[in-house]
Amino acid sequence: MSKSSVDAILDKYQHERTRLMDILLDLQDEVGYIPEESIPQIAGALGISEADVEQTLSFYHFFSTRPLGKYRIYLNNSVVANMMGRAEVAAAFEEALGIKFGQVTPDGRVGLFETSCIGMNDQEPAAIINNYIFPCLTPFRVREIVRDIKEDKPVEEMISYQYGEGQNTSELVRSMVSNNIRKVGPILDPGYKVGEALKKAIQMSPEQVIEELKTSNIRGRGGAGFPTGLKWEFCRKAKGEKKYIFCNADEGEPGTFKDRVILTELPRLLLEGMIIAGYAVGASEGILYVRYEYRYLKRYLEEILENARKKNYLGKSILGKEGFDFDIRIQFGAGAYVCGEESALIESAEGKRGEPRDRPPFPVEQGYLGMPTVVNNVETFCSVVKIILNGGEWYKSFGTAQSTGTKLLSVSGDCRYPGVYEVEWGFSVNDILDMVGAVKQQVQAVQVGGPSGSLIGPDEFGRILGYEDLSTGGSLIIFGHHRDLIREVVLNFTNFFIEESCGSCSTCRIIPVLLREKLEKILNARGVSKDLDDMIEWARLLKASRCGLGQTAGNPVVSSIKNFRHLYEKMLQKNKDYDAGFDLLAAIQAGAEATGRVPLV
Amino acid sequence: MAEVVRLYIDGKECLARNGQYLLQAARENGIFIPTLCHYDGVKPKGSCRVCTCKVNGRLMTACTTPIAEGMVVENHSTEIEEMRKAIIELFFVEGNHICPTCEKSGFCELQALAYRYRITAPRYPFLFPVKRVVADYSKIIIDHNRCILCKRCVRAIKDSNGKSFFAYRRRGQHIEVILDKQMSEQMSYETALEAEKVCPVGAIMVKRTAFLVPIGQRKFDKMPIGGDIEKNKSF
Repeated sequence: MSKSSVDAILDKYQHERTRLMDILLDLQDEVGYIPEESIPQIAGALGISEADVEQTLSFYHFFSTRPLGKYRIYLNNSVVANMMGRAEVAAAFEEALGIKFGQVTPDGRVGLFETSCIGMNDQEPAAIINNYIFPCLTPFRVREIVRDIKEDKPVEEMISYQYGEGQNTSELVRSMVSNNIRKVGPILDPGYKVGEALKKAIQMSPEQVIEELKTSNIRGRGGAGFPTGLKWEFCRKAKGEKKYIFCNADEGEPGTFKDRVILTELPRLLLEGMIIAGYAVGASEGILYVRYEYRYLKRYLEEILENARKKNYLGKSILGKEGFDFDIRIQFGAGAYVCGEESALIESAEGKRGEPRDRPPFPVEQGYLGMPTVVNNVETFCSVVKIILNGGEWYKSFGTAQSTGTKLLSVSGDCRYPGVYEVEWGFSVNDILDMVGAVKQQVQAVQVGGPSGSLIGPDEFGRILGYEDLSTGGSLIIFGHHRDLIREVVLNFTNFFIEESCGSCSTCRIIPVLLREKLEKILNARGVSKDLDDMIEWARLLKASRCGLGQTAGNPVVSSIKNFRHLYEKMLQKNKDYDAGFDLLAAIQAGAEATGRVPLV
Repeated sequence: MAEVVRLYIDGKECLARNGQYLLQAARENGIFIPTLCHYDGVKPKGSCRVCTCKVNGRLMTACTTPIAEGMVVENHSTEIEEMRKAIIELFFVEGNHICPTCEKSGFCELQALAYRYRITAPRYPFLFPVKRVVADYSKIIIDHNRCILCKRCVRAIKDSNGKSFFAYRRRGQHIEVILDKQMSEQMSYETALEAEKVCPVGAIMVKRTAFLVPIGQRKFDKMPIGGDIEKNKSF
């Protein structure tokens, strides 16, 4: 990496310190890692310290200052990947390459690493190799891939099987990823016509647009469920010389992949929603924050933005509406689940560590660069387009009184038809199991809402999906009776939270580690019943964390103890409630027997 | 004159100036709320969670919560105080805190809070992490065994251009404080002393200054932490 090519990247982003993420991403893509010697150069150009560069760089999973090889293989380690045969695939990689995970081959050509859920739960085990997705891996396929690597084939030519369907086959995507859309509703409706809603929106006043959303009762689809109309209104009324619209496409909750399908099949719908938001809020810039794992969509999304500019959906005086100027840029993440939290997302887009901010102030008051900012989920923006087109009353005709509209579900695990389903709010878990081809007698548990949601058993399958009962960002993972819930699921999720904690709050940084110690103790048959009480008690402290990640990091443990206590109790030591830590008699027993002495304890 | 706000802390009516954070408002009303990551005059970060209160029924950190008219705060309840004690204990198992051999003993806010909350032994198992002691800077030593990751040094110690000397590296349980190598060489002796003072524990120590103040004559040897705020309280 020459000094001048680093300079070229720095020039591209005009030496702007808020673009540090993009600078590092470009470097990482070009060189395969971020050379140590480039750090002083970046720091100097941006007017920050070297430590500042390092603190952003070292925060993100996909940035590295050590060479990771010409071929960088990241194999997903999520629960469902394991269920679908990851162990065999992982062993095949290690054997064929002669290295362990976390290592680079001695010739420096291939690196093998683990990574958290990559949004491919319906086609696991899956890996990312140099930003290309390799779904549905088998040991055989692994040997083919390694053979190709040894022959020095370019990664784009290693796609020996077919491309996925829909836009995955398009010139600019060319991916093996499948959409697996199993049920369409008003949002996924393939009859969508670009621009209709926007044309209608700009005939209305911004206040009328917001009013329509309020009528529809739509709430945020990311999981927290804040009323969208209210959020936009707060932002519209907030004082600021510039306002921003953020789309949160940092879909990182394990088991969620519906945003990936929207980004692939209906990106124009999403952009139209953002543009309408820009109009309603009075914003001039939009930022689409996409997780690094979806970087294979980069060229495709950029092309669509470019076309939107040509057609004047973006730019100055959009569709002839005087004074309505709005443009969108894409910001990629670099591997951090916590950036799905809206304020961490904003920090990241400013080129910083993805640490959530203290609230208040909320992003609608002081968000990106201190300016009023709306952050909404991909699905929320898509829903807005349909609301403007058909009216808030129409939208209310779907779903329940408290949860209006439809919801995209990402279904995976032990069922016949994993994929994306658009359903009205109000479906019960039973309905969903029937819909996705899961045999109810064989279902032990369902994880609703990903690791931060809850693990429920058959006695709760009558509960309904909605903000009033089982609130969810849309992830449902089904576990059959043959799954070891504690070892395969709870431990995996707890490890996920440990891995993805930003480390800012004491509680979220430390307690999940302590919970894991206890889990391992129980799994190693050393547990006592007090351990269960301790875990519940300690997990309660997590509620004092700053953000949703920390507050829910104990949920896998807590909800599994609540709903599957018998699984834990089976593993506990019998007739022992309390662990003294050190058992003197047991410790000296062998010695006492050997010498024939009787201890006086 | 600033607008006066009325709030209620543990049922006591308190008056404070609008724009203040709950922590300052409580202090000015003679109410102690424990803190570790807070440092007067530095923008709060709310990372240690020790000042957690229940504000209008929700858990909030006092150092980052602006006061509002009619706010109802639960501070000294059993639930909240137990929670804080449990959080303070977390720091003792996360790092390696050996008070009897620590030069900061008596000045250490973590130790002082442990005394105040009558902690004899933490309820959690010790994690005994392997941490580094970095002594190759010219003026200071960073002992990561004692660092509680409060970010006070990162937020408070800056050069004339506003650049921070300290930063975080990595994330989660692997997070650690680093000192910019280049800037550390230009760090003045006064800045080094300030960094030591800003550190609530013994993680940042200026070389060749240990035990300048003898044990027994140190800040918390004379008065328990919070004693200056609760002037009328007997311990």
